[in-house]
Amino acid sequence: MPASYFDVDGTLVRTNLVHPTLFYLLNQATPGRTLGRIAKALLDAPRLAYAELRDRRLFNEALYEHFRGMSEDRLLTLADEAFDKVLKPAIYPYARELVTRCHDEGHEVVIVSGALDFLMQRFAKHIGADTVIANRLEFMHGLATGRMIPPVVAGPTKAVLLREHARRNGHDLEQCFAFSDSYSDVPMLSVVGHASAVNPDAALSRLARAHRWPILHLDRSP
Amino acid sequence: MTHPCVVTLDRKSAPRVLFAGDRLVEVDLPAGSRVVYPKQPLAGLKDPDAAIRYAINHPYNSDPLHAKLFPGMKVTIAIDDISLPLPPMKRPDVRERVLTIVLDLLSDHGVDDVEMIIATSVHRRMRDWEVRHIVGDKIFNAYWPKRLYNHDAEDPNGMKSVGETELGEPVVLNRRAVESDLIIYVNLNLVPMDGGHKSVAVGLCGYESLKPHHNPRVMRKCHSYMDPKSSELNTVVVRQGRVANKALNVFTIETTINNNMFDKPLSFLHKNEDDWSGNEKLAFKAMKYALDRTPSHLRQEIFQRVPSPFEITGVFAGETEAVHAKTLERCFEQYCVPIEGQADILVSGVPYISPYNINAYLNPLLVQVMVQGYLHNMYRGNPLVKKGGTVIFMHPCSDRFDHDQHAPYVEFVHRLLPETRDAMVLHKKYEEEFSKNPAYLQMYRKGHAYHPVHPFFMWYWGEAGRQHIGRVIVVGADNEYIPKLLGYETAKTMHEALEMAKDTAPKSPDIMCFHLPPIMMGEVSIPKGAGGAS
Repeated sequence: MPASYFDVDGTLVRTNLVHPTLFYLLNQATPGRTLGRIAKALLDAPRLAYAELRDRRLFNEALYEHFRGMSEDRLLTLADEAFDKVLKPAIYPYARELVTRCHDEGHEVVIVSGALDFLMQRFAKHIGADTVIANRLEFMHGLATGRMIPPVVAGPTKAVLLREHARRNGHDLEQCFAFSDSYSDVPMLSVVGHASAVNPDAALSRLARAHRWPILHLDRSP
Repeated sequence: MTHPCVVTLDRKSAPRVLFAGDRLVEVDLPAGSRVVYPKQPLAGLKDPDAAIRYAINHPYNSDPLHAKLFPGMKVTIAIDDISLPLPPMKRPDVRERVLTIVLDLLSDHGVDDVEMIIATSVHRRMRDWEVRHIVGDKIFNAYWPKRLYNHDAEDPNGMKSVGETELGEPVVLNRRAVESDLIIYVNLNLVPMDGGHKSVAVGLCGYESLKPHHNPRVMRKCHSYMDPKSSELNTVVVRQGRVANKALNVFTIETTINNNMFDKPLSFLHKNEDDWSGNEKLAFKAMKYALDRTPSHLRQEIFQRVPSPFEITGVFAGETEAVHAKTLERCFEQYCVPIEGQADILVSGVPYISPYNINAYLNPLLVQVMVQGYLHNMYRGNPLVKKGGTVIFMHPCSDRFDHDQHAPYVEFVHRLLPETRDAMVLHKKYEEEFSKNPAYLQMYRKGHAYHPVHPFFMWYWGEAGRQHIGRVIVVGADNEYIPKLLGYETAKTMHEALEMAKDTAPKSPDIMCFHLPPIMMGEVSIPKGAGGAS
């Protein structure tokens, strides 16, 4: 049985990692805390932008530092609302159709995302995915430390995790599919037999044409 | 007596001008070679609209269309897609003319529940501007996209079984059409393979219904698929079509056009080169000079964007089989050129266009379809070339594909063909895998790609030709890899190709040049005592 590996942000939903993070920053226990966290995030914006330009992993690490001090209870309590308000409305029109098709063909549908696991689990349940490979925040005494539990799901690590998942579950990578919108996911796309660029950025679009990978548009009917 | 369209060359004959993709090439053929030209275009109907009205009011083997209508009924109009004609015709397209009259009639009879479906089967979805070209501005603006849309053979809720044939072949068609009180099929019959039961039973079907006939076993039994009586493909489709027509209320409207492919300044391309006037020779030189200096993508654009001045030569309406018999008569009248004797060596150019690359590049798999599929099958009676003979054609055979339309073709050519060219192996080992590829299916359903099994069908399309033709030599290929993948030999010049072909041909071989386009068919007779086999 093959598996279909899906990136999420930009691929199946129009949002990126920043949107749910902002939701949490804006929904602190008191207005004062919200203001403080937003101000800090704004000050950190140049560093985040620089990290995104350099390496997706660095960006993830920098972004999730902003969760430091948030309680696990609160994050989980707000997760349903974050999903309903941020992710769910941003799902591309044809995303569910593609996921359903993969499922109907007997594929194990796997979410491989840099987003946080508790959000991705809700997303997977909603869209019909079977498995989630996502980033996990580290908690100590019930509070987020701002670090992630390795491995950090980003860039080349996605390819490693994908390989491990396929091996563990007996999937022949040659028969597997991978879908992503971003050039940073080229390693993940490169390890499967059937790679597809979905709503691709310019760099991935060029590469997809060179490699003659299918290019899909889930955001619109071209 | 030799037909006037068959010209025997002598030593003084001018070079022949053949298409090599989107270029024109002059080739010298040996004295004694025969060159077969298309017939001159049949005269177009003086008043096509009157002919359409007459046809639907005086149908064959059916009540007139108006007698089938009642207020509140549900009507689906299915329309042939952009693969017909080639190239697309100048506006108004014949389908626009027919639809305008039919829609007025429906409106007059209080029929409001009308939807129009482009009967694409597993072809790509047509783009909005392509649909506009076919149906005209008025109809497009009023109906697109809610009540005028492309067929989707992979819509999980969009297909419905009508039954199966006595041999168990399933007939699963577009649900909207099946659930309608009346289906009106508006056809444009370019070649004899089109139309008839193929319109509804193939145009509105999906993969399950295509499997019984789009396979190597059936395609090997087509002699030829342009001659319905000798086509196993047609036999299966007729079986399915009869099941559909028994269950559904189908009113068929078929139209034929002449072969007036080239407009005035280029009409000399239809003629014997020895008969070109001074002005025509000059026009050709100028055109060739310009084309040779134009970048490839622009050449393609120029050719694709220039519609043809086809004229309507017939409109027939009523019961499918009765209508199609009339249509075929008109088609054969336009296309069939009597030819005495088969060729040992068949020479032809391959143009830039096929039914499957409108507004896209003719990729290597489609080149194969043009040579071993269409060129080989352009006959009635006996094949153009003797069994085991050689076909020489001209085309660059570039390793180039349209990313949006032909995504599954790339994998077929570059992953599967290096492993095998055996159609039966490809069919059994890989067709199902492709048919389930979610990425390709998504591109078919929501993009503009051909269905993932279409490249397989294209390979099967060449199957009868592969079984019959001994060698294929391509002149002017820009690479060695693609011809080799397709099983072709390569030559730099026509002279070199002819010398290669002579190695396996009899002494003083019969060389025949099939001067395509425009479309024509050979009606090949074999003189008593002459060699050759069908």
